[in-house]
Amino acid sequence: MSFLLDGLRALTWQQVVMYVVGIVLIWLAIKKDYEPSLLLPMGFGAILVNLPLSGVLDQTLQGGIQANGIIQWLFDIGINASEAMPILLFIGIGAMIDFGPLLSNPLMFLFGAGAQFGIFAAILLASVFGFSLSDAASIGIIGAADGPTSILVSQILHSKYIGAIAVAAYSYMALVPIVQPFAIKLVTTKKERRIHMDYNPSSVSKKMRIIFPVAVTIIVGFVAPQSVALVGFLMFGNLIRECGVLGTMSDTAQNTLSNLITLLLGITISFSMRADQFVTLDTLIIMLIGLFAFVMDTIGGVLLAKFMNLFLKKKINPMVGGAGISAFPMSSRVIQKMAMEEDPTNIILMHAAGANVSGQIASVIAGGMVINLVTQFLK
Amino acid sequence: MNNVLISLEIMWKGMAGIFITILIIMLFVWLMGKFGSEK
Repeated sequence: MSFLLDGLRALTWQQVVMYVVGIVLIWLAIKKDYEPSLLLPMGFGAILVNLPLSGVLDQTLQGGIQANGIIQWLFDIGINASEAMPILLFIGIGAMIDFGPLLSNPLMFLFGAGAQFGIFAAILLASVFGFSLSDAASIGIIGAADGPTSILVSQILHSKYIGAIAVAAYSYMALVPIVQPFAIKLVTTKKERRIHMDYNPSSVSKKMRIIFPVAVTIIVGFVAPQSVALVGFLMFGNLIRECGVLGTMSDTAQNTLSNLITLLLGITISFSMRADQFVTLDTLIIMLIGLFAFVMDTIGGVLLAKFMNLFLKKKINPMVGGAGISAFPMSSRVIQKMAMEEDPTNIILMHAAGANVSGQIASVIAGGMVINLVTQFLK
Repeated sequence: MNNVLISLEIMWKGMAGIFITILIIMLFVWLMGKFGSEK
């Protein structure tokens, strides 16, 4: 009966660490409500793939029999072969986004761009820590504050740290209510945080809402071709939402499709959380660089707003710049909450929402830019 | 050291690329707004 102990005998201390990591992720998801749709499947998956001789991974059984594992198969097909899962998720994300606040106040577009600074600051820091260029770029993309983009870029660049990158990206997205106020208070004064902004939105026609996703796809396609898969599927989802004739498909994309892909993406990405790859000092460094990326994203957006205020007659509350990250709608809510803490009559939510959805577009452009630039240097 | 210099180059080129793309989109939105308001 010694075969009953085969699993126990194959157990390593690194796998035990991964059980703890998995339980912590499940706890964060359930108890703290931190990105539960992703962290719970990832946490459970982390336990599954780290059970000794786990049947969810490909195994060679006694007698040389090959047994395929479901999580490894999902990873090979859904992420490794085509990046299908993160890309398909963008249809659902696009269908959820209302670009109205942005289209009625186009100045907010700039903050989406400014708040991508953390990506490049993190790439630089990762290079200083000695990571290879493709790994540094993959780590830096945590600053996109966009889980699917982080997974896609790190997969295309063949980073071995995809598991740690995904955990960092989703963890810090969940921690935006803690990270952003800290970063904003570092670079703003109380007086600046109290700035009121008028909201006089221009009306956005249905024609404009329909043409916008098509035009953005074409513009970004010409400028950053590597972004087309990301921005194309994001805008495809948005076109389904705005066209007005695909109501049930829009609902399906926003709910059923998004939930299904998110559920599978979480448990699939856990393939890259195997103990031998995950329990390293590098993982800890990646988590720290990821935090740095989120802080620098926020600071980049805020400083851009402060710079623009030097030239604008009607001042912008610099906190709005910090909402230019992709974590929607959490970031805009955090900014509004901070504004009300300083002055309960200050309503800047719609400005922040405009900057926030701009961050969605800018982050996928940034993903394409990073792939394009890094692959040029890898030649 | 080489990677650090490359990262700096990626930083300025990447940020410039994002801003240029966003400015083109802003220009398009502005033109669309103008076109719409003229109708």
